[in-house]
Amino acid sequence: MEGLERFDLEKIREEILERYPAKVARKRAKQVVINRKDPETGTPPEIVANVRTIPGILTMRGCCYAGCKGVVLGPTRDILQITHGPIGCGFYSWLTRRNQTKPRTEEDQNFLPYAFTTDLTENEIIFGGEKKLKAAIEEAIAAFHPKAIGIFATCPVGLIGDDIHAVAKEMEEKYPEVNIFAFSCEGYKGVSQSAGHHIANNKLFTDVVGLNDEVKEGRFKVNLLGEYNIGGDAFEVERLFERCGITLVSTFSGNSCYEDLTRAHTADLNLVMCHRSINYMAEMMEKKYGIPWVKINFLGAAATAKSLRRIAAFFDDPELTARVEEVISEEMAEVEKVREEVYPRTEGKIAMLFVGGSRAHHYQALFEELGMRTVAAGYEFAHRDDYEGRRVLPYIKIDADSRNIEELEVGPDPVRYRPRVTQEQAEKLKALGIEFMDYRGMMPEMDEESLVIDDLNAYEAEVLIERIRPHIFCAGIKEKYVIQKFGLPMKQLHNYDYSGPYAGFKGAINFYREIDRMVNSRIWQMVCPPWEKTAPLEGAYVKEREEESYAHATHD
Amino acid sequence: MRHTTEKIVERKNLVVNPVKTCQPIGAMYAALGIHRCMPHSHGSQGCCAYHRSMLTRHYKEPVMATTSSFTEGASVFGGMGNLMDAIANIFSLYDPDVIAVHTTCLSETIGDDIPQIVKKAKDNGLIPRGKHVFHANTPSYVGTHITGYASMVKAMVDYFAVPSRKRSDQINLVPGFVDPPDMEELRRISSSFGVAVVMFPDTSGVLNTGLTGAFKMFPRGGTRVSELVTAGEAIATLGLGRFAAGPAARALDAKCGVPCEVLDLPLGLAATDRFVMALSRHTGVPVPEDIAEERARVVDLVADMHQYLYGKRVAVAGDPDHLFPLVEFLLDLEMDVRHIVTGMQSKKIERRMEELFREKAPDKRPNFAAPGDLFLLHQWIKNDPVDLIIGNTHTKYIARDENIPSVRVGFPILDRVGHQYFPIVGYRGAVRLLEMILNAFLERVDATVPEESFELVM
Repeated sequence: MEGLERFDLEKIREEILERYPAKVARKRAKQVVINRKDPETGTPPEIVANVRTIPGILTMRGCCYAGCKGVVLGPTRDILQITHGPIGCGFYSWLTRRNQTKPRTEEDQNFLPYAFTTDLTENEIIFGGEKKLKAAIEEAIAAFHPKAIGIFATCPVGLIGDDIHAVAKEMEEKYPEVNIFAFSCEGYKGVSQSAGHHIANNKLFTDVVGLNDEVKEGRFKVNLLGEYNIGGDAFEVERLFERCGITLVSTFSGNSCYEDLTRAHTADLNLVMCHRSINYMAEMMEKKYGIPWVKINFLGAAATAKSLRRIAAFFDDPELTARVEEVISEEMAEVEKVREEVYPRTEGKIAMLFVGGSRAHHYQALFEELGMRTVAAGYEFAHRDDYEGRRVLPYIKIDADSRNIEELEVGPDPVRYRPRVTQEQAEKLKALGIEFMDYRGMMPEMDEESLVIDDLNAYEAEVLIERIRPHIFCAGIKEKYVIQKFGLPMKQLHNYDYSGPYAGFKGAINFYREIDRMVNSRIWQMVCPPWEKTAPLEGAYVKEREEESYAHATHD
Repeated sequence: MRHTTEKIVERKNLVVNPVKTCQPIGAMYAALGIHRCMPHSHGSQGCCAYHRSMLTRHYKEPVMATTSSFTEGASVFGGMGNLMDAIANIFSLYDPDVIAVHTTCLSETIGDDIPQIVKKAKDNGLIPRGKHVFHANTPSYVGTHITGYASMVKAMVDYFAVPSRKRSDQINLVPGFVDPPDMEELRRISSSFGVAVVMFPDTSGVLNTGLTGAFKMFPRGGTRVSELVTAGEAIATLGLGRFAAGPAARALDAKCGVPCEVLDLPLGLAATDRFVMALSRHTGVPVPEDIAEERARVVDLVADMHQYLYGKRVAVAGDPDHLFPLVEFLLDLEMDVRHIVTGMQSKKIERRMEELFREKAPDKRPNFAAPGDLFLLHQWIKNDPVDLIIGNTHTKYIARDENIPSVRVGFPILDRVGHQYFPIVGYRGAVRLLEMILNAFLERVDATVPEESFELVM
């Protein structure tokens, strides 16, 4: 791609760092790197990630509770989720992530439009909130008759020492027909939402997955992990699976229901979409049940085709393979038509992506399909392996903040463990470029000579915008209007600015059209008012006034 | 919302679909109304992220605020180090004139002493000369977002107002938790009496700025610290809204002897009348003709369209300061207010609401809960249907389920525009409220009448 040589990334990086106080600069230097691969080994440079945010720096990050309740459990429609804490956390995580869900029948439960909270007040902070929590669970059961209840701890709950797990156990004994489990996802745990993902994975794994051995009908059974059905993404993936004849046992957790999660262990392959939020689940399911996982990506048309082919290759069934190829060629026809139409208007433009986990990686594929280059990208809450690939896992130092998150000891289930692939099959697939239990990370796939920034903050974003002036900037709601004030289009990739879906083939078409609309919108040309572009006023009225005042002045 | 049934099961411990949120977001919003101020959330970073997100969604504007980014260590050993670091970083990177610290449930529970930490920061030279750090205690397990707003506004008085013997020709205005255009409108009305107006906080020019191609972390708006200092020499303070503005207005009275009057938020006709008369009384200036003309227009519109309002059954959800004048207005329009919920717990609210009905609609007894939640409101509506719902965005789920038109008033409004540009306070605001209510009814008629009754003129 042309034109990028004019940016001296080295200089921009230095500029970012030099305005910081020395201590801060030292820390940030390791989180702001230029993606320059080692010429001999081809490995990307090391980046520091998953470390504390510097107090007082305007960060994009949220908290552990947000990762647990908001991200991972939030989209499950029929687990009644009680936030145990003061009113705020429950209020803010209520319907704000655009997780869509579609119960299969009119009678099926759907608690997504509801926010449940114990609304702790001073009294409980002093005397403990367990009693209130128990009573709240009873009230919830009386009014809603849920199959399952999840309890989510907020900051003060951890401090006052409420034993939410004991409460869950006690209430489950009292109401054996309801599965009640709790998450110690207090906001202060870990350094970002990431801790909450891990906690959510652990509890879902121990208390939900594996409860129901009933096997779904279908020959090619998969679970989709790390897809949250923002703006209907999961609906589009489900549509493709159905067309191809792939049976979706469960999704963690977009458009998901409790029952599907309980029998996730009966699937034969796990597909990992967002590696950061769900890799723990994939790993634990592999160890306990023998289900292998592959990294897939349904964002981008080419990526979707590649992912479908991976699934077909795994099952190695001529009928499935033929069906998948047929679907791809049919769907790609429309995709290509739109892409060709849009391409001349988007080609050569520059994007920046600072979003969640995985999204900053996956969306680069979509921009690439539009001929756009991502010059800077980074995650809000990822770890080193999301940047550099899982090969660095053995070298990641466990610090105090990570040590506080429980790591489950998982071994093969005496009854249910069943390896799905033989050594021979694995070798064969490896030859096709399909590796199990592996994720290569964002950096190896990202262009060399681009900036990778972990935990970007407002001030760094400002420098990037001023120096590079990208054609589009992608981040979240807190960043949206800041970027737009600079006169640049800003795409929210956490909630898609209330559009979407962007997954799969139909999603790619939506995205192409949306980005075309945004980067070519006339409004950005209207930012500068016309009077600032023209010569000074020369109207007769003004002239007369000037002459008049001159006359006055001389008379005086 | 398929699980909301007519049968009302008693609940005392589980809140379902709250119509309130927590203190810190109110404090953050109030702090944004100080010129060149960085609101700072002392707690774990999730609070700050949630509050910024929610305020951003409501105003569709940048909301800048920092956090102490507590992790487990700070939660155990206290957050002094984090706050000291934060203060140093904020001044060196963003250069605000003021940092407004508010606490969260986390820092409150561990008992961080903010004044002591700020003093230490000052002693260590972390606060540049002429710059300020002030604070409010806003534990999330006490009160609501309105309490947090009130606490931060009161802190402005506690920290900055200076008692003075001098009396300037100046009126202080303490607005409640209202949007930037409301603040602009309150200032305009007051200024029309020909006196200087010091209003705090003032988020206009901060949370309703235009797009010019230049981002400013600290836009031109907001109350100056110098103005807060002179608040102590005004002829009077008007606190608009008992819950959100009352504490600051009274604190200023106690600290500086500026007589205060706490009024309802001037929303609708009668409450605006009281506000305008109070301005006239304190300034000694007769009500300007322009303002009288604005009032006359409200009356004119009601007279013109009364048939569409009379007897219509309404459910209202919101913050208490909004509720009283709004319900009063609806009763004056001779609408039938059936159900009212607010998230705040207060016997006072109940008593006042009873008084209001005794005076304006003695034969009516509405369902009323303080505290109540939207789940309860929905159940009431199932038992006793209404023609209109007025409340924040969350009420739209009830409106859709029950097929009732709805009008957005309050916080947060996430799915409509208008509140960030047009006021609902004052007489002009009353016209806008009427416009929203009437158009909701008129559109419903158009969408539902049989073809033979479909009419051009309404």
